[in-house]
Amino acid sequence: MQINYQNLKTEEAIMNIFKLLKNYDVKPEGMENFISRRDAFEKLVGLGKKAAFAAIPLSLAGVAANNKASAQSATTEDLADVLNFALTLEYLEAEFYTMGLDTNGLIPSGKDHSIIELIKFHEAHHVDLLKIVIDSLGATPVSKPHFDFTAGGAFNPFGDYQQFLALAQAFEDTGVRAYKGQAGNLISNGDLLTAALQIHSVEARHASEVRRLRGLKGWILQDQRGEGMPAQTQAVYNGEDNLVQGGVDVTTVSLVGADGVTESFDEPLNKHEVLTIAGLFIV
Amino acid sequence: MSKTSKSKVETPLVSRLNGSRRSFIKYGGATLAASGLLISGCEHLEQILPDKGKGKPEGHPRPVNLGRGDTGILNYAYALEQLEAAFYIEVVNMPYDGISDEEMVIMEDLRKHEVAHRDFLKAALGDKAIISLTFDFSTVDFSNRQSVLSTAKTFEDLGVAAYNGAGRLFESADLLLIAGKIVSVEGRHAAAIRSVLDEDPRSFAGSDVIDGDGLDRAFKPGKVLEAASPFILNKINANQLPKS
Repeated sequence: MQINYQNLKTEEAIMNIFKLLKNYDVKPEGMENFISRRDAFEKLVGLGKKAAFAAIPLSLAGVAANNKASAQSATTEDLADVLNFALTLEYLEAEFYTMGLDTNGLIPSGKDHSIIELIKFHEAHHVDLLKIVIDSLGATPVSKPHFDFTAGGAFNPFGDYQQFLALAQAFEDTGVRAYKGQAGNLISNGDLLTAALQIHSVEARHASEVRRLRGLKGWILQDQRGEGMPAQTQAVYNGEDNLVQGGVDVTTVSLVGADGVTESFDEPLNKHEVLTIAGLFIV
Repeated sequence: MSKTSKSKVETPLVSRLNGSRRSFIKYGGATLAASGLLISGCEHLEQILPDKGKGKPEGHPRPVNLGRGDTGILNYAYALEQLEAAFYIEVVNMPYDGISDEEMVIMEDLRKHEVAHRDFLKAALGDKAIISLTFDFSTVDFSNRQSVLSTAKTFEDLGVAAYNGAGRLFESADLLLIAGKIVSVEGRHAAAIRSVLDEDPRSFAGSDVIDGDGLDRAFKPGKVLEAASPFILNKINANQLPKS
């Protein structure tokens, strides 16, 4: 088997990722195995104090720059903003599936109905959970926006099941990208970060299932929205064709090809990008 | 072609890492330093071929120390991706009896993705990458659909739980993001495997993995490595990984 390694220009790229790597001394201690939600939220009780302490003057916060400790300077408001942003998306998803399930004859009984019902169940619980957590931060959960899932008449999701599924795919793939984009903003609080990641992978499972229900693969190829997806949903997929991770063009270190690389890494969206997409459906 | 170009690529990489970045490496154990520095970067060819260590491996594969800090977490991820990649390489080389076209495409795709994850992490870690691990898939009947898909389901769900649990251990937000880019793909895999394997249409996000609050699992490294240990012959030392 002849393999061409001539194009492996990784040196410079790897230098970049080394800049991301840091070594820290950690004291060995007993390793607990399971991070339960209960543990996570029990710890949240103490969060008020931590957050108050974190609200130190900016100049002082700057002293600890460039490590996790400085990230502790994320204020309660910062954390609540992230969670309220997530809550807005969860409201959107929960309402969308609820309306679909409430529309007689829209969702075929059997497999499809079971799937949509389970997804709705999860989204509704994400809404409840986020509200509780935002409350526990001493912040106020945003109220549910008014949604128009026709986007001003562009779509007919509750009259056309294929359109319903197409929007479901767009919402789930957006959800995955949105949580991913916010993970870094929660890094100062391991419990919140973990909970967000636990939601993130559920959204990914949903996305995969809805895509497969539509006859697509569960993963995203290049920046393709896939067959049958309205052109208006392209913003959900822009940037998914990225080949460079941590400064490494993955096609130069792996033989799976560009298509394979794009499928292997999901890309984030920032808050603005997500709200632009979600904004189509918020009145 | 591969011989010369390989050395061209790897030599400057290894020498550079032995030099300027040397001080970066603070492992106490000389054994670990040796295993990490001398072996890594020389195994591309072997890694895309079926793992020679499958089935009944000879001798005792060397123990591995994942290291500390973000490096340790990346090595932890690299170990898991090696496991998944080796598994799907085997599955695709020897598809089970009666595999459907759809299932074959899924297996080929998953092989591609896990190999990409593995190769990326190896490149990202450079000379701090752990060695290629030796796997034991003797408990898997590769001719049997149920056996293969059940194992795939275990690996994908475990991968999701592993990355979910490891996120909080990262110091670097950039590396956290990269882990996030990988974990959602593992979640997509888990759902697809479950939907072809299980009869219950809700299995893709079944209550065995998603709790009553709609949260997926998050496991600490100790639990993940324990679950993976029947398949990995190397002894893996995760004691230096960050604890919280």
